[in-house]
Amino acid sequence: MTVEAVFRREYGRCVATLIRFLGDIDAAEEAVQDAFTVAVARWPSEGQPPNPGAWIVTTARNRAIDRLRRESIRDERHAQAHLLYGADAQAADHNAPAQEETVPDDRLRLIFTCCHPALNQPAQVALTLRLLGGLETPEIARAFFVPEATMAQRIVRAKRKIRDTRLPYRVPAEAQLPARLQPVLAVIYLIFNEGYAATADSLMRLDLCAEAIRLARVLAELMPDEPEAQGLLALLLLLHARSAARVADDGSLVRLAEQDRQLWDRNLIAEGQAIVRACVQRGRPGPYQIQAAINAVHSVAPSIDKTDWHAILTLYDQLYALTPTPVVALNRAVALAEVRGPAAGLSAVDELRSSGLDKYYLFHASRAALLRRLGRTTEADAAYATARSLTANPVERAFLDAQRATLN
Amino acid sequence: MTQYLLALYKADDELISPERSRQVWAGVNELGDRMRDAGAFVFKSGMEGGAESATVVRQSGGDFQLTDGPYTETKEHLAGFWIINAADLDEALEWAKLAAVAEQRPIEVRPFFNGDLDDAIAANAPAAQ
Repeated sequence: MTVEAVFRREYGRCVATLIRFLGDIDAAEEAVQDAFTVAVARWPSEGQPPNPGAWIVTTARNRAIDRLRRESIRDERHAQAHLLYGADAQAADHNAPAQEETVPDDRLRLIFTCCHPALNQPAQVALTLRLLGGLETPEIARAFFVPEATMAQRIVRAKRKIRDTRLPYRVPAEAQLPARLQPVLAVIYLIFNEGYAATADSLMRLDLCAEAIRLARVLAELMPDEPEAQGLLALLLLLHARSAARVADDGSLVRLAEQDRQLWDRNLIAEGQAIVRACVQRGRPGPYQIQAAINAVHSVAPSIDKTDWHAILTLYDQLYALTPTPVVALNRAVALAEVRGPAAGLSAVDELRSSGLDKYYLFHASRAALLRRLGRTTEADAAYATARSLTANPVERAFLDAQRATLN
Repeated sequence: MTQYLLALYKADDELISPERSRQVWAGVNELGDRMRDAGAFVFKSGMEGGAESATVVRQSGGDFQLTDGPYTETKEHLAGFWIINAADLDEALEWAKLAAVAEQRPIEVRPFFNGDLDDAIAANAPAAQ
């Protein structure tokens, strides 16, 4: 394994451990980067240690201790003042809560700190990719089409808030866990969706989908008893399994109905389905698990016509009961059209019109597709035009243009 | 322990019914007792009057200039605040939730300065050329 590969795999874990040890995010990042610099110099000639991650942590820790020893009294005082609450360096002389002892991996603390609800979501996303993903600030900036200086500022500001407000470095207590897990799941899902929506510029962009799956895997591994963490991983695997079939050779978008299912990744599907089955057996459903289940139903269907739409409609009903949002209602209406025909689907879609969906391009695109099936070509054309005016994504625009062009 | 400010703001033109005022008053007193019992309470008070009770004092040359009204022109004014002790932000946020219920309005949570003075001086300094 190259040093770079070790870096990608181990950075988050190493930084998380060093933050606990040093009580300071910047100092931890610096120490881990120092250690990797040493690794780049030594490993090629001396060979890679058997456990590269542990070697990095030990080296980083020693470097950090050296640095602290070298520094003056003022800087020690300064280091003390910045200790994050919950970090070992400080917790050692207190009676640390028992739950801290059972934390299996420091990355879990780091995830909850990065996705703390006191930080805004763009900051949560940036910090998560920076600290857990080990991505460089310019990479993150490019991935989100944000100027580098803006992204750097966002990360600096978030780190400063963590330090200044004494935002704790620990896994929330059981009672707070359900509420605190929500932003964590949302951040990972958002990273995935950013990548998923980015077909046009995919060559220029970092593989955010792969990054999100990596994070979802870490979370699912660290929280094996949290069904929604498992559900999120399954959902991302099942969606990602279709990525090769989603984009045609010319870069255009291919809808689920027209995808070449031979291109679907069978290994990812099998893994996702196994997780969904385990979730069903556990019997504690949640929105991510249900969305995963919906995609699991699609993934076993040999074609769009042979899809078990009754099962999908039932799952959307369950999803709507848990999260009654207009977007879920829209998806439910589309499933209804497959079970009871386009007329029933269209009237269900039209009933949703007032609910703020009017500015959502998929609302109009879904209407257009149903109108088309009903032979109401003129109305379909108008609905496609409205949909097109509501999306800036060139791939989506090209798709809508192609749909309009074939209307007659 | 860190000290946190829990600040509450009120719209300049906001009117509150006597029933609600009494309700808030009772809730706030009860919360104050809870904070005292928990050792979290430091200080609390409401401001007298609205934005119009404010006066800004500025040093101007060898003299002082007084301005009638608040420092920032906004439609809201600081209506009162709590100062509490908390181990960390999560603990402060839990008190803030109770304060939001008792006060029946949003609560802004801010940590008091508790760090290194040199560091704060550096943070406020313009970027080195």
